[in-house]
Amino acid sequence: MTSQRFKLVGLLVLLAFAIGVPQITTSFYVNLVMEIMIFGILAMSIDILAGYCGLTPLGHAGIFGIASYVVGYLITKTTVPLYFTVPLGILASTLVAALFATIAIRTSGVYFLMVTLAEGMIVWGVAYRWASVTGAENGIRGIARPEMVSQYWQYYYVVLVVFIIIAAMMYRLVNSPFGLTLKGIRESESRMRTLGYNVTLHKFIGFTATGFFAGVGGVLYAMYNGFISPSTVEFAKSAEGLLMTIVGGTGTLFGGVIGAAVIILTRNIVSLYTSRWPIIMGTIFVVTILFARKGLLGGVRSLFDRMTQTQPRKPQPKEVKPEAAETINKRTSSQ
Amino acid sequence: MSTTFLLFQLMNGITFAALLFLLASGFTLIFGLMRVVSLTHGAFYLVGGYVGLTVIRLTGNFFIGLIVAAIVIGLLGILIERGLLRFVRGETLPQVLLTIGLAFIMGDASLVIWGGDPVSIPPPEFLRGSITVGPLTYPRYRFFVVFVGVLVAAILWVLQAKTRLGAIIRAGVDDIEMVDALGINIKLVFSGVFLVGAALAGLTGVMGGPFLSLYPGADSEILLFGLVVVIIGGLGSLEGAIVGSLVVGLLDTFGKALFPELSYFTIFGPMAIMLALRPRGLFGRI
Amino acid sequence: MMKKFWIVLVVGLVLTACAAPAATPTPTSAPPTPAAVSSSSSSAPAAATGSIKIGVMAPQTGTLAASGKDMLDGWNLYWNQKGTTIAGRKIEVFIEDDAGNPDTALSKARLLVEQRGVDMLVGNLAANTGLAVAEYAKGNGVPYFIPVIAADDLTQRSRIPNVVRLAGWTSSQTTHPLGEYAAKQGYKTVVTLAQDYAFGHENVGGFVRTFTENGGKVLAQLWNPIGTPDFSSYLAQIQNYNPDVVFVEETGADCGRFVKAWNEFGLKGKIALLGNETLVDQSLLRGMGPEAEGVLSVGKFAEGRNAPETANFVAEYDKAYKLLPSYYAVNMYAAAQLLAAAIEKSGGNVSDRAAFIKTAKSIDLSNTPLGPIKTDEYGNPILNVYLRKVEKRSDGRLWNVVVQTWPNVSQFWTYKPEDYLKNPVYSRDYQPGFTK
Repeated sequence: MTSQRFKLVGLLVLLAFAIGVPQITTSFYVNLVMEIMIFGILAMSIDILAGYCGLTPLGHAGIFGIASYVVGYLITKTTVPLYFTVPLGILASTLVAALFATIAIRTSGVYFLMVTLAEGMIVWGVAYRWASVTGAENGIRGIARPEMVSQYWQYYYVVLVVFIIIAAMMYRLVNSPFGLTLKGIRESESRMRTLGYNVTLHKFIGFTATGFFAGVGGVLYAMYNGFISPSTVEFAKSAEGLLMTIVGGTGTLFGGVIGAAVIILTRNIVSLYTSRWPIIMGTIFVVTILFARKGLLGGVRSLFDRMTQTQPRKPQPKEVKPEAAETINKRTSSQ
Repeated sequence: MSTTFLLFQLMNGITFAALLFLLASGFTLIFGLMRVVSLTHGAFYLVGGYVGLTVIRLTGNFFIGLIVAAIVIGLLGILIERGLLRFVRGETLPQVLLTIGLAFIMGDASLVIWGGDPVSIPPPEFLRGSITVGPLTYPRYRFFVVFVGVLVAAILWVLQAKTRLGAIIRAGVDDIEMVDALGINIKLVFSGVFLVGAALAGLTGVMGGPFLSLYPGADSEILLFGLVVVIIGGLGSLEGAIVGSLVVGLLDTFGKALFPELSYFTIFGPMAIMLALRPRGLFGRI
Repeated sequence: MMKKFWIVLVVGLVLTACAAPAATPTPTSAPPTPAAVSSSSSSAPAAATGSIKIGVMAPQTGTLAASGKDMLDGWNLYWNQKGTTIAGRKIEVFIEDDAGNPDTALSKARLLVEQRGVDMLVGNLAANTGLAVAEYAKGNGVPYFIPVIAADDLTQRSRIPNVVRLAGWTSSQTTHPLGEYAAKQGYKTVVTLAQDYAFGHENVGGFVRTFTENGGKVLAQLWNPIGTPDFSSYLAQIQNYNPDVVFVEETGADCGRFVKAWNEFGLKGKIALLGNETLVDQSLLRGMGPEAEGVLSVGKFAEGRNAPETANFVAEYDKAYKLLPSYYAVNMYAAAQLLAAAIEKSGGNVSDRAAFIKTAKSIDLSNTPLGPIKTDEYGNPILNVYLRKVEKRSDGRLWNVVVQTWPNVSQFWTYKPEDYLKNPVYSRDYQPGFTK
């Protein structure tokens, strides 16, 4: 329990800090924290596939961006009210993810990577060529936020609340029986198949769910920047999203947020000294893969485990499993 | 739409296909044996082109540039294979991610070294101008590109089908552990294949320089075409690389002429269909 | 664990809801309405006695890096020549890389305005980066000067009061005169070839409007994707149509590939060719060979122009960077000239943003390397447009010399602005005078 209490205190401190951000710093840093949370959502959704399903996607910026485009188009070109545009944006991402999943989940490993890369490229191609809707390379501008959250600090709290809700949903998903089945599939697909699990369906639902989460991030991003262009859905953005996941630690979920923070802060800090960001990003890639494969959070966790207990961490999920399931049951019954 | 026009487009498609084959053959070879999807291949192409250009400027000889570029990029390939990829051998995903990182670094480094102005490589004197064959007037250099493409295809085919090395590679594609157990130094074969694959990409950079020119971003553009070729043809197959290159080259040229509105989808549409029907491509076995 | 997590969540939500109204915007935030432009003087970050801070953005990585370097070289040359003190105030320049990417440009604009506290933004190259930053500037009223970005509507239908083109241009500004010129040369038919994006559509739109109004006929319009590896299929189509003249817009690496292919396929000398400004701009001419010699194009800059202000600039630029200047370089140089004059005229007071923008628009210089420049009330320069021809210099390098000059060309050409603005902006679907 001490470790859990420790985590709880940590979470509370983090939350207090997050709430205080607009009071203690300038608009620039508030915007940075917003960016970290938005890309943290993207990185966590990638982690659900990469860390929990064992399927590494390289086209998730495309799915993320579809929601941005839908929301951007509806806000700037139509009179559809906001309470429709936002769900429609998320729905679009979810549906496209479902469509992509039907093709991609038939493959695995490096094929999955290439198929998702191609899918991401198709989104980019549509964004680039369908000028009458997407505005081609100039994108869609003037995506206004609702009046009551037009100030950056007001919008910050919107992003914070959504971020917490989405992070909690993802946490619940990966620790649910469904999430544990995904992990089982990652470890041994044939074993799970023999045990009677519908592996294909699980992968399909897992992929589609990440589309939903990425879509929420995409909606937040469209309103954060006020515009959307093909550069948001290009390959480099998908690679960057994956890098965030890996730097934070695949299979750790919240590591994605840490990865996003590291990448975004590094980019802003190094811009003072050098404009060679691609070289630095590439180096982070190489160094992480060679020396810190578990990522930052993964590394800290295993270090923490080694210090606090002698036995390896492996058995723990078994303890979590019934508890998690129980909590879910309680929650659903109390609703 | 005259016959000349069709003939002309056909030649354009074949030229582009020949160039794509040079790049994709190395790519597919490396994948077939080592299961490494080398996303540095675009960067190999670009850096190879720049190295070739530098040598051509110094020596004034196109062919010296071509050979030096192939050697330099081949060695760079070995360096990457021995120095970095070795540490993540057998782990497909870390390997790919490593190559993505390296591609970013090499792309940006070549921008620092060679600047960002688009430059084109001067072709050798005797290949400038055009030849008239029947109704068709066509640049000489492009005939040369087709010639080199066919030559390399022939060499690779002979290597693969007729030599002991080829037998080892074919066996390795099917069962790498068996080859290892037979006492063959598989590590050496790995390095050799990576060298050849990278060298081919460097060579392609010089070959493409005179008509596609070199500039930042050319690496990812050509890589994308290369990826489509191997996805359609099937990873790891030489026949796949040949057929895939022809399909992509011809689709691209005829697509631009016949359906200019859809010039982007003439490539990616068929690829998406291929992925849906036959995820491993036309000739993919693995 | 889960339960506690939810408690934390709920507490967090409540706290958040309470905290939001209590939060006070920090001084650097600005109201989001455009009306703020006139009232924002009080929130201006720099004190009247400190240095004047200018944020400059240009691509230093990615595909546009070389042109971005030219921009910075041109900009720096001016301040190196004339010093960085104007009207008793020090000019402090902050340079950031926009990577040619609108997301990056936007976050760099935020960094410059909100963190570095700059008084104005200058630069950007790609239209999409400029549009993203313009949107941001619209929100907070910071003066934003765009010497390179040519997107027509930024000073036309969707103009923003605090976004001004200093020494810049609209895409169709130079091609209106060219279309009329082509018709008057006796060319009856044209095929246009341009990149399939806004800059291409607007360039071609200007050309076909005046060409057809003067009796010309458009046989076909071809649009190539940016980054076309191989132009041969387009050239085959042009041969098929066999027009009197071909108008071509290209940028970046496409230019060299087009000019080379045009030569290789034997069209040079067979069909007349007219290019836009970027086709044979010095930034690309440097990488081209003899195949470019003799190409006719239109532009607001001609590095071979026979006038002391241009010749001096070209010589000094060549001395400093061992290159002939491109239009990216000269636009930034001229923008620095105009900006310096504006700061001088306003007595170093840039904190009243609306007043400073007004002053900047009132500057009328006769001695820029581009020729005389003044700015119209829409915030776009009125300047010379040249018909240019690529020639070889005595030192063997290629450059553009002037064949003909159209003085004082406005973005509306000879049309009345009110009438002009009633039409939609040129696009793939709006090419006046051409019916498919």
